[in-house]
Amino acid sequence: MKDITTSVLKIDNEEKSKGSAIYVSDITIPGMYYAKTVRSTISKGKIQKITLPEMPENYTIVDYKDIPGKNIVRIIFEDQKIFAEDEVTYYGEPIMLVVGPDKLIIEELVKQIKIEYIEETPVFEYVNSAINYNFKKGDAKSAFENADKVIKYDYVTGYQEQLYIEPQGMVVDIEGDKVTLTGSLQCPYYVKNAVLSALDAKDSEVRVIQAVVGGAFGGKEEFPSLTTTQLAVAAKKIGKPIKMIYEREEDMEVTTKRHPSKINMEAAISKDKEILAFRANVGLDAGANIGLSGVVLSRALIACTGAYTIDDIEVNGDVFLTNTVPNGAYRGFGAPQMLFAVEMFMHHIAKEIDCDPLKLRLRYLSKQGDATSTQGTFNDPIIMNDMIKKAMKESDYKAKKIKYAKEDVYKGIGMSWFLHGCGFTGSGESTHINALVKLRKDKNDKVHILIAAVDMGQGIRTTMMKIVSQVLDIPLEQTVYDLPNTDLVPDSGPTVASRTIMIVGGLVARAAKQLKENWTPGEELTVSERYKQPEYIKWDEDNFVGDAYPAYSWGVNIVEVEVCPVTYQVTLQHVWSVYDVGKAIDERIIMGQADGGIMQGIGYGYLEVMNSKDGRIQQKNVTDYIIPTSVDSPPLDTYLMDNPYPLGPYGAKGAGELTLVGGAPAVALAIEEAIGKKIHKIPVTPEYIMELMKNGKN
Amino acid sequence: MAKIKFKLNNKEIEIDENPNLRLLDVLRDKFEFTGVKEGCGEGECGACAVLINNDIVNSCIVPLGNVNGKEIMTIEGYSETKKYDVIKDAYAEEGAVQCGFCTPGMIIASESLLNKNPHPTEEEIRVGLSGNLCRCTGYNMIVKAVKSAAKKGDGLW
Repeated sequence: MKDITTSVLKIDNEEKSKGSAIYVSDITIPGMYYAKTVRSTISKGKIQKITLPEMPENYTIVDYKDIPGKNIVRIIFEDQKIFAEDEVTYYGEPIMLVVGPDKLIIEELVKQIKIEYIEETPVFEYVNSAINYNFKKGDAKSAFENADKVIKYDYVTGYQEQLYIEPQGMVVDIEGDKVTLTGSLQCPYYVKNAVLSALDAKDSEVRVIQAVVGGAFGGKEEFPSLTTTQLAVAAKKIGKPIKMIYEREEDMEVTTKRHPSKINMEAAISKDKEILAFRANVGLDAGANIGLSGVVLSRALIACTGAYTIDDIEVNGDVFLTNTVPNGAYRGFGAPQMLFAVEMFMHHIAKEIDCDPLKLRLRYLSKQGDATSTQGTFNDPIIMNDMIKKAMKESDYKAKKIKYAKEDVYKGIGMSWFLHGCGFTGSGESTHINALVKLRKDKNDKVHILIAAVDMGQGIRTTMMKIVSQVLDIPLEQTVYDLPNTDLVPDSGPTVASRTIMIVGGLVARAAKQLKENWTPGEELTVSERYKQPEYIKWDEDNFVGDAYPAYSWGVNIVEVEVCPVTYQVTLQHVWSVYDVGKAIDERIIMGQADGGIMQGIGYGYLEVMNSKDGRIQQKNVTDYIIPTSVDSPPLDTYLMDNPYPLGPYGAKGAGELTLVGGAPAVALAIEEAIGKKIHKIPVTPEYIMELMKNGKN
Repeated sequence: MAKIKFKLNNKEIEIDENPNLRLLDVLRDKFEFTGVKEGCGEGECGACAVLINNDIVNSCIVPLGNVNGKEIMTIEGYSETKKYDVIKDAYAEEGAVQCGFCTPGMIIASESLLNKNPHPTEEEIRVGLSGNLCRCTGYNMIVKAVKSAAKKGDGLW
């Protein structure tokens, strides 16, 4: 049998290349109506009066009064309204939909709707804490009391927009009591549950189908639950199929983004220049409602020591509500902010205590058996030493580092080390998700993979088919994995948190083994598997004590840059990455994840500027929100290490997010070295570099 | 309304339409082409790219009236050609297709580049594709695919 890592051609290459793959914007239903959202034009206030124009025949508005169930988008924290009622809390908040047969007439009607407000003073600062988490490991308090020196640094990170090339979109169809939602989404069952709650409907009355998804990166994790509930309510009201596709400007202004953050780090240092303890204080800007922000904060806090083991720590974090667009899931989910701070901080400590950063970092690098930040245990082998050696050798890191430090060349090379917890934080997999997968063998011995995992470009359809065909020793063509439809597939959980291969793929592999044991040619058979938490994993959610994740993936990124001494423009020269994702189920697919992830991570670190002014997002299109182009992207060399995880399918762990989280610190450290000034903020723009060249510290 | 004549994927077309419509909308709504996609609506992302008289153009910023007398090739027509087969095979083998939303536009950009420069250097490929945004791949696999297509399809362009 072939090694599973050997690449196969992805099953959807052909249809995507020739343009016949059906994305949501390609769907038409006879008699279909369109919808556009009427939004708040202030950041905070009471709605005093709404004046509607005379509505032509077949045109109608849909607002909160039309919601049969709860006016809440049901996800985790239930504080987001489907439509605003008598008050608005951010610019762009949805108030109603205008629905009708002609898009141009809808546009006109939207313009004519007058909404009068009593404005209130909005809050844009980090003052209104909605969630506070804190935890301790060891005794940081006495370590700080006994410290010879305390080093403090503050770090700031900006927004990041997912910028999937396909904007958000959804189509609703209605037949009798049955509502069908088809769209660009990551989590069919999140959407189904949200719609059930909004419509107060029976389970059989709502069906969700995935269209081909044109990129998501977390941006289609919870946001589609809002648009689908709106459309489902509208379809119930008027009894017509309705399509709503966002234009890029609307998408960028009102959809969820990566949380901006402020992170204060403190280290207690002994006389012998040892790090005795860490204190971390993290503030996330959630925007106008909590949504997933608490979970994002958890992941950030748990990553507070990065790839290092520090025995004594104190961690505190807040989710701050501001009157701005709500932030949410984005690949990495809180870890990119924290890992930027940790990696910069380790370097800044090294500079302050006059120690070689590499030596200092190696001293604290986590090893198998070490306690995690939450007093759990790194149970599996950690092969970071080999990975670091490999990355340094391939990039000629040491020689370049010495050379660039000596010469006045505005060149730099930076290296980040990082880990990413795979799957849901804590006991989320067993308490919240409880994944179920099914495999059905039909009479022709074709094996249908029945799971709710969404292929959004990461190749999960091919990967899952490969796992099943390998276990059963049948050709790939004998397996079938259609786009999920909640009437046909069980809830195997959302397509998030680098969980799909490891958790869902693990269950699929087990189900395939079951099928193999009971295989009778020509006979139909359905088998299922449900997630069971491994017994050695213990997690106390209230106190952040125990194993926060079932497994960890690890990585090293090295980025080389050149900074123009006149314009301070940064040019990427080369990137080297080494990853431990357990075992790659398909090498080419993982390499593709690696390339795309690192460019998003590096973009976050030096290029992608998004800000909010008076509560309004300033960048509304790809002309003013700059992402890397083919010219910005340097050669990307990636090396995968085999370090099989016993509970993953064929040893696989999570991969999707890992490839992003180390990009920002690696590029920031490279720039820091090139300009000889300490960096505390991302993105490191030419303007920021100019400021550092004038007033920054060495 | 105006009579507009053009060639679309090698077929003569004559339609009576509003000449101010975006070519993108006409191709998608009237001709039901799904390979021409709207990513940004302002000529920046390349998802709606088509060839007009062999030049790559973003169809979201072209008024229909402008194509009168011209030859338009979309991915639907281009995918019938041998050159397409070489390019799409190279894309598949190099792993250049992820979510696929940029892919038809990217392939049109690859054709436009190879048509003008059958043996491009890596830098020329990067410049040639720089009008098309991709968020999934980091571009390297696409660049490799174009390099490989130029080699395997040597003589076709």
